[in-house]
Amino acid sequence: MAINSLRAALAVAALGLSAGAATAQDFTPEQPECIAPANPGGGWDFTCRQVGRTLQDLGLITATMQVVNLAGGGGGAAYAEVVNERNDDDDLIVAASTATATRLAQGAYPGNTMDEVRWIGSVGADYGVIAVAADSDIQDLTGLLDMIRDTPENVAVAGGSAVGGWDHLKVLIATSAYGIDDPRAVRYIAFDGGGEAVTQLLAGSVQAFTGDLSEAIGFVESGDIRVIAVLSPERLSGEFADFPTAREQGVDAIGANWRGFYGPGDMSDEAYNGWASMIDTLYASDEWQQIMTDNGLAPLDLQGEEFQAFVADSVAQIESISREIGIIQ
Amino acid sequence: MDTLSNLADGFAIAITWQNLGLAVLGCFLGTIFGALPGLGPSNGVAILIPLAFSLGLGPVASLILLTSVYYGAMYGGRISSILLNIPGDEPAMMTCLDGYPMAQQGKAGEALSLSGIASFVGAFIATWGLIILAPQLVRFALLFGPAEYFALFVLAFATLGGVSSTNQAKSAFAAMLGLGLACIGVDTQTGVPRLTFGEVHLYDGIDFLVAIVGLFALSEVFIFLEHRHGKADAEGKKMVIGRLTPPLSVLARCTPTMLRTSVIGFVAGVLPGAGASLGSFLSYSMEKQIVDREGKTFGKGDPRGVAAPEAGNNAAAGGALVPMLSLGVPGSGTTAVLLAVLLSLNITPGPLLFNNNPDVVWGLIAALFIANIVLLAMNIPMVGLFTRVLLIPPRFLMPAVAMISFVGIYGISGSTFDLMLMIGFGVMGWVLRKLDVPLVPIILGTLLGNVMENNLRRAITISNGDWLTLVGSPLAIGLWVVAVVGFLLPIVIGRTVRARMRRDTEGSTVD
Repeated sequence: MAINSLRAALAVAALGLSAGAATAQDFTPEQPECIAPANPGGGWDFTCRQVGRTLQDLGLITATMQVVNLAGGGGGAAYAEVVNERNDDDDLIVAASTATATRLAQGAYPGNTMDEVRWIGSVGADYGVIAVAADSDIQDLTGLLDMIRDTPENVAVAGGSAVGGWDHLKVLIATSAYGIDDPRAVRYIAFDGGGEAVTQLLAGSVQAFTGDLSEAIGFVESGDIRVIAVLSPERLSGEFADFPTAREQGVDAIGANWRGFYGPGDMSDEAYNGWASMIDTLYASDEWQQIMTDNGLAPLDLQGEEFQAFVADSVAQIESISREIGIIQ
Repeated sequence: MDTLSNLADGFAIAITWQNLGLAVLGCFLGTIFGALPGLGPSNGVAILIPLAFSLGLGPVASLILLTSVYYGAMYGGRISSILLNIPGDEPAMMTCLDGYPMAQQGKAGEALSLSGIASFVGAFIATWGLIILAPQLVRFALLFGPAEYFALFVLAFATLGGVSSTNQAKSAFAAMLGLGLACIGVDTQTGVPRLTFGEVHLYDGIDFLVAIVGLFALSEVFIFLEHRHGKADAEGKKMVIGRLTPPLSVLARCTPTMLRTSVIGFVAGVLPGAGASLGSFLSYSMEKQIVDREGKTFGKGDPRGVAAPEAGNNAAAGGALVPMLSLGVPGSGTTAVLLAVLLSLNITPGPLLFNNNPDVVWGLIAALFIANIVLLAMNIPMVGLFTRVLLIPPRFLMPAVAMISFVGIYGISGSTFDLMLMIGFGVMGWVLRKLDVPLVPIILGTLLGNVMENNLRRAITISNGDWLTLVGSPLAIGLWVVAVVGFLLPIVIGRTVRARMRRDTEGSTVD
């Protein structure tokens, strides 16, 4: 054990040296800081910590990334803090995900809009899945959607987010693509996290599960649940290649939970481009590709203006779905 | 036999100098995290994650460090409960009820040692439970749907009356206040903000730690200020520390208590969504109904009232690892953090974990045994040191308590709003103490109110509005029966006991 960790330390040191020599950029944050808008241990916290660690291992930042947890309002507290207090801080980035875009689209950050910050880049995405218990009579996505259309009282769908949250929206994207116009036909049951939702699927309390691939994967491998649709444009690679996409079953539904960062709105162009290129280099590195594989993250490689446009599209799409289903007026 | 050889392999993995050193370090840090108000086990573990990563520790070594912190914090929470009447974390709340009176009676050392031993027994039994029963327990946890969870939480509230205060109406008032506080925040079943007044910090609801630290720690400081203000010699009354270890007779009397409550705590821990707080609470209230029906000694410094919640909450800590490892579902805030660590170490908890990563599972279990023994060995000799806290004059101690509270709370959320909220709770706690309203039911209401409501609404949504679903399974019916009996029994028994006592006193005057 001791030898192993020594070896690991040496490997990390060697890596740091080579990467440090290879890269030179115009912008290096003096005191890099990453706000995780949630308590320690959540997804945003891990995005900050893993990216911070990898950036330092790669020699892209010289000082240690300081991770600050600023919880509250599902990210709203951190958003307001950045907009109101830290608007011209060049050394600051904030972890964000589809949940951030969803809340912005639904006006759940009171008084804030997505234009008030600069969207820096994404580090990967987690595609949505819809699954049923292994012994379920439901064979495929269209089977489930037919049941929702014909006998909605017999189908309850469990997910880990609140009503109107991303897990709920994923299922609604699928039903609306299938031509089920009344969103109330979908009986969505909100649980505290995807793990609890899967457990209730196993317990037989609900008939289907909507969530991210990473939440379901352990139970798929054990054969307890069956993925009937993955909401990706085409089939995933490797061990996930067996899952049928919604698209190939004739339901044009795509839902990706992306992970990435935004920075303060008055961040200088130099800093913005600097951070975007750092995230770009990070994304391309073998270390990050390994982390993505380990965590079941699918590719989503967008930085700078491209990412800004992507988030704008994403917010607009969620806004229109939310309006359609009556979550916002 | 297979289990034993696996366990031996686990010990072979876990016992290296580096890992033992990490266990000792983790236990020590955990005890401190647990004892400081505001820093609970989940924050303690989260704070140390970067350390584990930056040391480049492997999966087993990281888990040993972090689970040592976890168990250490569960041990440590009781220290400030007993000495200062300030729970170090949520599950340690129940230990205040009898631990603090014991300390006031000059039995602080005894209470600390006894609670250390009870913690050991609870954690030890739970670890064996984890080894032997994990696969079966998973099936048990799957029996709990939303309706059954709702019945379980009703059971907890039904036994509340037996727990604190002589005045049931005040207990009920406190519980309602807690349930009301739990309503604050975005309602997860509809996405509508409730009672947030447009304040974004209230969208996630009120953090229990903010409420606990405000209600218990700050109100204690306010009361001190009120009593000592302006006096030159702001000294507390002279504290007696007494003996450091409990007499064997007390230990013997507490043994059945510890064994019973370990089982209760373990079961509560196994159910995801119940957790250690419910474990220690049910342990205390059940034990009170078994050994102290007349309500004579519990709440006034009964050693069994210290042993029960401590064995219960440590057993629940072990139990909570069952759903985390075998279902990937965290049973408590701390296991949620541990789960995230496992995922980032590229270990997928779930039904296949025991097959795919046996080295990790059995190494972890061995680490639990090691941490437990280290903690017992560390805690008993340190009792003498801990009790010195009581000798610190309150004029130094109380400012320190206030300082730690502020730093602890700010450290978790980084928001000044939470600090203001904590002061608000402090004032509320001070007023409520003046009115002799018990504080424990408030915390319990805040802790359990949300989950209870969510499960009720999930159950009703799933059944399409049919309320009969709440009694739709034998398990649910069983839980309802226990809840009703638990609610009525103290009322009936209390009446007959009071009547008998009246007869006795009348009889003695006649003689």
